[in-house]
Amino acid sequence: MADTTATRAKVRWGLLDVAVVVFALTPVLWIMSLSFKTPATLTDGKFIPREWTLENYRTIFATDQFVRALINSIGIALIATTIAVVLGAMAAYAISRLDFPGKRLLIGVSLLIAMFPQVSLVSPLFEIERQLGLFDTWPGLILPYITFALPLAIYTLSAFFKQIPWDLEKAAKMDGATQGQAFRRVIAPLAAPGLFTTAILVFIFCWNDFLFAISLTSTERSRTVPVALSFFTGASQFEDPTGAICAAAVVITVPIILFVLFFQRRIVSGLTSGAVKG
Amino acid sequence: MSVNSTPAGADVAADGTDTRNGGHAAVPAQRNNRRGKPPLSENKRAERRLGWLLCAPAAFVMLAVTAYPILYSVWLSLQRYDLRFPAEREFIGLQNYATVLSNEFWWTAFGVTMLITVVTVAVELVLGMGLALIMHRTLVGRGIVRTSALIPYGIVTVVAAFSWRYAWTPGTGYLANLFADSAPLTERASSLAIIMLAEIWKTTPFMALLLMAGLALVPEDLLKAASTDGATAWQRFTKVMLPVMKPAILVALLFRTLDAFRVFDNIYVLTSGANETSSVSMIAYNNLIRGLNLGIGSTMSVLIFITVAIIAFVFVKLFGTAAPGSDDGERR
Repeated sequence: MADTTATRAKVRWGLLDVAVVVFALTPVLWIMSLSFKTPATLTDGKFIPREWTLENYRTIFATDQFVRALINSIGIALIATTIAVVLGAMAAYAISRLDFPGKRLLIGVSLLIAMFPQVSLVSPLFEIERQLGLFDTWPGLILPYITFALPLAIYTLSAFFKQIPWDLEKAAKMDGATQGQAFRRVIAPLAAPGLFTTAILVFIFCWNDFLFAISLTSTERSRTVPVALSFFTGASQFEDPTGAICAAAVVITVPIILFVLFFQRRIVSGLTSGAVKG
Repeated sequence: MSVNSTPAGADVAADGTDTRNGGHAAVPAQRNNRRGKPPLSENKRAERRLGWLLCAPAAFVMLAVTAYPILYSVWLSLQRYDLRFPAEREFIGLQNYATVLSNEFWWTAFGVTMLITVVTVAVELVLGMGLALIMHRTLVGRGIVRTSALIPYGIVTVVAAFSWRYAWTPGTGYLANLFADSAPLTERASSLAIIMLAEIWKTTPFMALLLMAGLALVPEDLLKAASTDGATAWQRFTKVMLPVMKPAILVALLFRTLDAFRVFDNIYVLTSGANETSSVSMIAYNNLIRGLNLGIGSTMSVLIFITVAIIAFVFVKLFGTAAPGSDDGERR
């Protein structure tokens, strides 16, 4: 910054940028590389495959185990995200717009839950869900996901809601709309970008979870991909599952990379505003 | 919108109001006081009702899935309850706590968790600060840097953990081959180092994003002025940026510390807790799902909960208003 020549500064920043990009991408490229290797070259330790194959992908999509887990992952994450964003939006609207006793308590509770050690819930939820028949079902995972996604949703959304031009709401009310109508007709469309960003963050959270998924499921009925990955054994027990694991890992990584590529700016603004300015 | 008018909520008015419209709020508040405390207007009552109505579902779900289970967990922790021997279930008071707290595996896991937490958070703070500065200031390719920095944040932890595991597997991995004749994931020290590396890789971007939000609050003019006065880059960083960023740094530290304390996924995939690399989460999981011992598992759950509560409490006490819970009213 204190450099006299702009070019030198540029080169220096450029080198730092390269370092960051390399550091961030190496593990991702490595697992991609492994997923394209043939069984013969899998253990050659080379970063770039010598022989390319799609066999690993064919293998995993041919197994029920993976396809079923993928459906579970997508379904559970989508449902949990939808519910969390809807409930979170309602609460965030109330927090950022309305005055009512108990508001601060709600903020405090969500903050506590954001910091809650999830493993502390594993034992009791395991037992409670067994009794309620929720163990190893979609709702059994969706419920904890909603719970832990809600603080994130509430914080991010209230930060977004504060930037909305609320005079429009006043105008709508002056024209005879009730508070509820003003919310649905005027504010909701304005809030859509914030809702969308929040949905991405919440989806990433649900997609990522491993602890609940491995503790509260026991069969393919509701196992998500991260858990299925850890149970992969290959088509027969003599087959090395590495290639299949890597291919499956790449399949669940691609959507995240696409999200990040297209919505980088939104994700950054969502995380920074939600987490710090709260 | 006029706030501060609910008689029932004197404290709500004090902190719930938020400085967001502090300037405007002061005036109606005074007016209300002069009028005395009138009965709630129809509008006000409708507003309160709507507020409760909108928050109720979220509050209900959050409490039902956390508060009730944690209480239930306390109840379970006071019982001998092994799912393999359900007939022997009985109330045994604090005996489970004595068992766990006198168990060396528990304390080893506790030490490992603490070590991982302290080391990773410290390293992440330094790296995250660097990354935040790069993302904030870089002259070339800001988009590319931000996008690639977000990938570790977004990627599934288990996937990243597998990538690290294969990278360090002898024969298969590009990293393992750098150190000939070694299997780092079979030795304790190197396993822990790899677990920490995986954690740091995964969560530094998150730390950096939180810090970047703090960086954005540093006034450019102040930096320019310091620069004109002859401050070096380091002086500008320590004397101008750090003080302004302090609240953001503390929030980032608090969140990351508590998050690091939960470390589970990476250990599960990288070592499964072999060679004494289990974290407290790992050991609680093993007792519950593999050992099916609900009593002991719940005891560990409660102990982890208490530890986290203590850490959070210490943070809030030490840093007072800088902690997120207490500064809602102030900084908004």
